[in-house]
Amino acid sequence: MEGTILRTENLCAFFGNNQILKNINIDIPEKKVTAFMGPSGCGKTTFLRCINRMHELTPDAHVTGKVRLHYQDVYQMDAMTLRRRVGMVFQRPNPFPTMSIKENVIAGFTLNRIKLKAKEKEEIIQDALSKVALWEEVKDKLDKKATSLSGGQQQRLCLARTVAMKPEVILLDEPTSALDPLSTAKIEDLLYELKGNYTIVIVTHNMQQAARISDVTAFFYLGELLEFDETKKVFTNPKNEKTQNYITGRFG
Amino acid sequence: MTNIEIAGIKRRKATDSIFRYIVYGLTFTCLAVVFIILFYIFEKGITCIDWNMFSKLPKPVGESGGGVLNAIVGSLMIVSVAALIAIPLGVAVGVYLAEKRGKLAADRVSIAIDVLQGVPSIVIGMVVYVWMVKPLGENGFSSLSGSIALAIMMLPPVVKNTEETLVLIPTTIKEAALGLGASEFRMTMKILLPTGIGGIFTGCMLGIARIAGEVAPLLFTAFGNPYLNFNILKPVSTLPHIIFNYGTSPYDDWQRIAWGSSVILVSLILILNFIVKFFESKWKVQF
Amino acid sequence: MQTNKGRVLQNKIFLKSIGGSAIFVTLLLVVFFFTLFIASWPAIKANGLSFLWGKTWDPINDHYGMLPFLIGTLITSFLALIISAPFSISAALFLGEYFPKGIIPNIFRNVIELLAAIPSIVYGFWGLFTIVPLVRSLEMKLGVPAMGLGIFSASLVLSIMLIPYSVSLIRQVISMTPVQLKEAAYSLGATRMEVIMKVILPANLSGISAGFLLSLGRALGETMAVTVLIGNATKLPTGIFSPSNTMASLIANEFSEAVGNVYSASLVEIGLLLFVVTTIINLIGRIIIKRFSVKL
Repeated sequence: MEGTILRTENLCAFFGNNQILKNINIDIPEKKVTAFMGPSGCGKTTFLRCINRMHELTPDAHVTGKVRLHYQDVYQMDAMTLRRRVGMVFQRPNPFPTMSIKENVIAGFTLNRIKLKAKEKEEIIQDALSKVALWEEVKDKLDKKATSLSGGQQQRLCLARTVAMKPEVILLDEPTSALDPLSTAKIEDLLYELKGNYTIVIVTHNMQQAARISDVTAFFYLGELLEFDETKKVFTNPKNEKTQNYITGRFG
Repeated sequence: MTNIEIAGIKRRKATDSIFRYIVYGLTFTCLAVVFIILFYIFEKGITCIDWNMFSKLPKPVGESGGGVLNAIVGSLMIVSVAALIAIPLGVAVGVYLAEKRGKLAADRVSIAIDVLQGVPSIVIGMVVYVWMVKPLGENGFSSLSGSIALAIMMLPPVVKNTEETLVLIPTTIKEAALGLGASEFRMTMKILLPTGIGGIFTGCMLGIARIAGEVAPLLFTAFGNPYLNFNILKPVSTLPHIIFNYGTSPYDDWQRIAWGSSVILVSLILILNFIVKFFESKWKVQF
Repeated sequence: MQTNKGRVLQNKIFLKSIGGSAIFVTLLLVVFFFTLFIASWPAIKANGLSFLWGKTWDPINDHYGMLPFLIGTLITSFLALIISAPFSISAALFLGEYFPKGIIPNIFRNVIELLAAIPSIVYGFWGLFTIVPLVRSLEMKLGVPAMGLGIFSASLVLSIMLIPYSVSLIRQVISMTPVQLKEAAYSLGATRMEVIMKVILPANLSGISAGFLLSLGRALGETMAVTVLIGNATKLPTGIFSPSNTMASLIANEFSEAVGNVYSASLVEIGLLLFVVTTIINLIGRIIIKRFSVKL
């Protein structure tokens, strides 16, 4: 596909002797929303975590094959640098509990020892919080502890924290599964707006969500990539029988 | 029911009541003992506390008005140096155990810490003596060697509290930091330890409370010193030293000083324990 | 800004230091053992195996046997354990079974834990003025030489010192008894005491034993209170009112003034034995507790 930003080549992932992913070959398009879909345990989250090398943090985890970001082999890079270019939002909101809202937004800089001038800091904070539609809600309480926000707000804060680093790719692992419908809708809207500037890859358990916001969808099943195409095509006319069964709710 | 059965039940109920009263009685006796001991110490010692206690050095027998300034300074000195050694080391081991929980190596370290906690304090003093005092001959006794012995004793509470606190921190918070590109070092210093600071602090306080009252490991290391001393390479006295040496002497004046020291020491330790209990809940970080 | 290489290096150093601290602390015990062993070698050579059952401790003639202190230690520790047991079990039952929840039991628990906060030397000092006169009058009534100081006084105070530890351990063990077990007994019409004696205590026997074992370990190593109260005698004790010494109190009493190679080495040998015995007891106690909690 044209405009590929991420490509995997025969990627296999293991936990010890347990093979989770089998020969995944995929081209993820730039500045679009890609959804990963599939029943529980199909490996979609593992695959996501292979992209920013979070998978290797688990003991006994290892990977064969290649993952390329703009043709560079991700596993040959310094992991810390990689993670600045590929950001991640997790399933449960995880703002840093000892930090205030504004400290959380620039946490990426603090943790990477990047010094910012006061003016730069303010600009980045306002910019990131505006991008996630949180600025108006928190601009008067930036010094309050991040944990004082509601679940939906916290998740948007985590997104702001990621966006502040201006990553090339944003990975999201079921980001709305712990949120109420209103917050979920807010975040879905945000992702739609963000894709103009960022490549978004989202793992979701929610088929309607995938259908709503993604441009391309990948269907995983038992560690294999069974189907990968434009979302419209996957949902109206899937090529693979299993995809069809999943979409119509025969299993999941 | 037959009469025998009714009598049986009556008897069993009576026995049950008696048992209950015995349990209550013995328990209340335990509580009473606590109050008896604390009350006695404070009653005996509170009258001995005057400004002299905090400002003067011990006087020879027969002269009144002595104090324990040397021991107060000594205790502060020896405990602070011990804490300076034990806290970084203990927190580091705690971080290790929290990170590698379940692995065989971590298990071995955990066992070592438990065993270390059970080593008699006088044996610890002996070992430090062999390493640090004996080789230096007559001038071997030092506050530093005492601090090292106390630091070894302070390790287990610091390690255990650090480990137990850090283990409770959800992995997702650590992953959030790593996901932003932080190194493990940065993640630990900026996120992990600050989040767990409450429990770590508790461990340090408990450790200090434990070593503040110890004198067995100091008998052949810090040794004791009737004069004021700020040099960690020289012998030093501590409050428990005073209680041991002056309390077991036959002189009234010296015993007064020992009682006063007991009150100071026990008050300090109780305050530390109180701080821990009171602030434990207040400093809990919500995740 | 920190360079990448610098950051990776810093991280490496950090990880190595963490691991290194763990290794260091573990090796401490090994260092302890070898230090004690090597320092006591002159005595091991001179005294031989008969050191363990030698009845005389004679610094003047450089002839050493530790039996008096072995016996002093054993009697003091076991006597303290036996005296404290009914109190510890009662308090553990009170807090773990009769009143497991509530503010008042919580206060009681904290009060009992205060016993652990009082330093050993303060116990000894307090005991000197309260327990010793009482024991002295008891000895006079019994027609025994009325010194006051001796094994009995030391055991009494030691038993108070053991209470917070055994109560804490046993209470935790008891409160983990599965509710179903207790309910089965109650539903058959058992009284509270019967449930305790026939179900709870037997079910937790290993945990309770571990609790007592670990308390024993503490008792063996307890130094200052015992040193003050036990009378500092080096002869074989003749009864529970005899003045004596435990292994720990002997070291406290004599080590500073021990001149002569074999003399001080013999004291170190006693320290070595103390170290080995308390380590073994702690390991066994720990294994029992681990196995016990895994079962549930």
